[in-house]
Amino acid sequence: MSAPRSGTNYLNVSYGIRSWLFSVDHKRIALLYLCSVTSMFLLGGLFAAMVRMELLTPAGDMLASDTYNKVFTMHGIVMVFFFLIPGIPAVLGNFLVPMMVGARDLAFPRLNLLSWYLYTVGALFTLFSIVIGGVDTGWTFYTPYSSAWTTTNIVPVALGIFVTGFSSILTGLNFIVTIHTMRAPGLTWFRLPLFIWAHYATSIVIILGTPVIAITIVLLALERVFHLGFFDPALGGDPVLFQHFFWFYSHPAVYIMILPAMGVVSEIVACFSRKRVFGYPFVAGSSLAIALLGFLVWGHHMFVSSQSVFAGMVFSVLSFLVAIPSAVKVFNWTATLYKGSISFETPMLYAFGFLGLFTIGGLTGLMLATLGIDVHVHDTYFIVAHFHYIMVGGTVMAYLGGLHFWWPKISGRLYPEWWGRLSALIVFIGFNLTFFPQFIVGYLGMPRRYHAYPEEFQVLNVMSTAGASILGVGYVIPLIYFVWSMRYGKRAPSNPFGATGLEWRTPSPPPTENFPAPPTVTEEAYAYERVPVPEGGAHAG
Amino acid sequence: MRADSGAVAAAHAHQFEDAAQQRDAVTLGMWTFLVTEILFFGGLFLAYAIYRWSFPSAFALASRQLDITLGGVNTVVLIASSLTMALAVHAAQTGAGRALLGFLLLTILLGGVFLGIKAVEYRHKFEEHLIPGASFHMPVSEATLSGDIPPDQAIAAGVPATALSAPAEIQRHAQIYFSLYFAMTGMHALHMVIGLGLLAWLALQCRKGRFTPAYFAPVEIVGLYWHFVDIVWIFLFPLLYLVGRHA
Amino acid sequence: MSEHVVPRRVYFLVFALLLLFTALTVAAAFKDLGPFNLVVALGIAAFKATLVVLYFMHVRYNPRLIGLAIALAMAWLMVLIVITFGDYVTRGWVPFPGK
Repeated sequence: MSAPRSGTNYLNVSYGIRSWLFSVDHKRIALLYLCSVTSMFLLGGLFAAMVRMELLTPAGDMLASDTYNKVFTMHGIVMVFFFLIPGIPAVLGNFLVPMMVGARDLAFPRLNLLSWYLYTVGALFTLFSIVIGGVDTGWTFYTPYSSAWTTTNIVPVALGIFVTGFSSILTGLNFIVTIHTMRAPGLTWFRLPLFIWAHYATSIVIILGTPVIAITIVLLALERVFHLGFFDPALGGDPVLFQHFFWFYSHPAVYIMILPAMGVVSEIVACFSRKRVFGYPFVAGSSLAIALLGFLVWGHHMFVSSQSVFAGMVFSVLSFLVAIPSAVKVFNWTATLYKGSISFETPMLYAFGFLGLFTIGGLTGLMLATLGIDVHVHDTYFIVAHFHYIMVGGTVMAYLGGLHFWWPKISGRLYPEWWGRLSALIVFIGFNLTFFPQFIVGYLGMPRRYHAYPEEFQVLNVMSTAGASILGVGYVIPLIYFVWSMRYGKRAPSNPFGATGLEWRTPSPPPTENFPAPPTVTEEAYAYERVPVPEGGAHAG
Repeated sequence: MRADSGAVAAAHAHQFEDAAQQRDAVTLGMWTFLVTEILFFGGLFLAYAIYRWSFPSAFALASRQLDITLGGVNTVVLIASSLTMALAVHAAQTGAGRALLGFLLLTILLGGVFLGIKAVEYRHKFEEHLIPGASFHMPVSEATLSGDIPPDQAIAAGVPATALSAPAEIQRHAQIYFSLYFAMTGMHALHMVIGLGLLAWLALQCRKGRFTPAYFAPVEIVGLYWHFVDIVWIFLFPLLYLVGRHA
Repeated sequence: MSEHVVPRRVYFLVFALLLLFTALTVAAAFKDLGPFNLVVALGIAAFKATLVVLYFMHVRYNPRLIGLAIALAMAWLMVLIVITFGDYVTRGWVPFPGK
């Protein structure tokens, strides 16, 4: 059903830079985040390109080892703290959470704007530190190197991450309060879209975990500036304690990265199978299970750090357990596809990519949870490949899929479907070419965080770099056509894909207040048997 | 007895359906924030716990350097400020505007007293060379360190506390204690300063007549924050001041 | 939530209890209870904190969700402390080659 084009919407209701920078409309803030997060993604990608260029040859001939240390450190910091953790929640979550619960905005719109300001301040601190020479400790900042020995600029980066952590907390706080107190009449918990469950679980992780990295950073900064001995063995401190502090947040942080992505996948799979998500209560519950169990496994990053072997065994068993709810989701998505009426629009291609790549990443995660294996592959490229399969093959694919799926709603325009599918394919091929060889070289013993490596690994490294170039192309094409579509794209109807969900009941793009009156919900989510497929699909003609 | 609030419909921000939803949201929001504060301070307590378990005698010796009288007085002062804060909320609920202002100012005063006493304690630490760093030196007697006699007994038996300096290890571990002391009380004091700022803002709003029995949520949520800061001190006091005091 | 007005005498009673238990914790610190000094100190502090939470912070009169959030936060703090301690306390429990 097409909606008439005319009318005021959140994009054209006011013009000028001030109306954007001071807006408290969650949809505009989502777009502000889209710009920031995309910029940081490109910056992180630039560092990745430098890493892959260096690794074309076995000798450390392009960058000095100190410089290389800075490059992979900044790649990790920028990608983890400024792209992956905020990514889907700040862009898609901010835009969609109020709409999906039938509200006019989040509970605290001004805190939402503040969270974007804090993100920007944190990013600027980090950029400043890059400009004055960067940091070379690895994104994990292990002491005492980071607190006592390195001469690089730890404090500005630490401050930047601290401030951005507050940004994250405010987003999580807003989501929790909105979901608890502002659901539309009739919208009970078990009628919520799984995207909401995913963001609710993510927000719980944010609230419980982020403060611990905050205090870790405070202690690290105090130690560095005042030469205190919290984590420095020369002063009586314990470096392993730092690792406990650090990983207590940083492991759940990876669930902050993946849970929203899983929420996106649920929405896309349901829509493009024309079927409700199989086992809805299990998918919802598994989000909560992942959020909570994810806090109990951090020691699997410390198997070789002189942590007690007994503790290592316990963490190993718990790490096996945390895989179960993720597997539950994959089974339920697969069951959703079974006997569904499947179509292969761009979002669905990304979702399929997610399913395969996340499964591989997850299975290799089980290998790493196995204490005996991890002792051998720790700090090799096997680990690097594992987490990139989840974070890039998982989160980034879902992020792109979600951007495509909701682009018509966000921008009021359709993206060009043919180019969309082509880019999805390029991303998939480029991704696998980049990271599968890394499983092999890692298993064969190539260590991570070295700018040089034994000659026998060169062929696989060249393949990986080639793949990275292809992957880069696959990322740049959507950047171009999304911008292009804002001016030249076909105007979008309110529900181009025939999806269920309250957000699709509004015009594309929506008005500032989302709904003229609070909608009433009378049916469960994903009632696809009652929603007709749009004639000819979204991109007919 | 609540004053009649039916005359004016309580205003609420545009994103909420009604004032009740706004109140629920604001309360849940403040508590969610306090959950993050529990985990934030909790990290400091973790570091404290690990190091106290690792270095029990150094912690006991170091803790005895603190002034238990000043710490105790501060505890009473802060608890009293929680009382005045609770009474402030009560005044807001019952529409007693002048009492509200009075209790807010009293809370600010008590908070100021706490910070003043803290400043005095910090200055003592500086004068006694107990700031971690190059000039750190904790006075301990040799008899104490040999482990034969518990520290308090040694001092009670007349061994001068400043007799000999302790081996480097005890000094190192005591510095960790004091690093934690300053980090924990410093972070607490920072939160108190922020709280005083919030209270001052409340007092200003109160003078403008902004609060009625139908709308006093800011008083309530600042109160929650203030009570939380009090609770942190309730744990800090015994853990920092009361280690190894027994005879 | 804000509907319930707590009578002022409840606040004064809680205040008196808080002062009493502060005195108790100081007194207990000067008696040698061995390892129980710490237990008593933390127990008293927890009791005082509970009084503040329930009465000064009105949690006694709040919806259950608030109490649940507090319980979750405290539980998670225990997870952080207990599991980290678990590493330190169990070092040496399982031998491995070379040790």
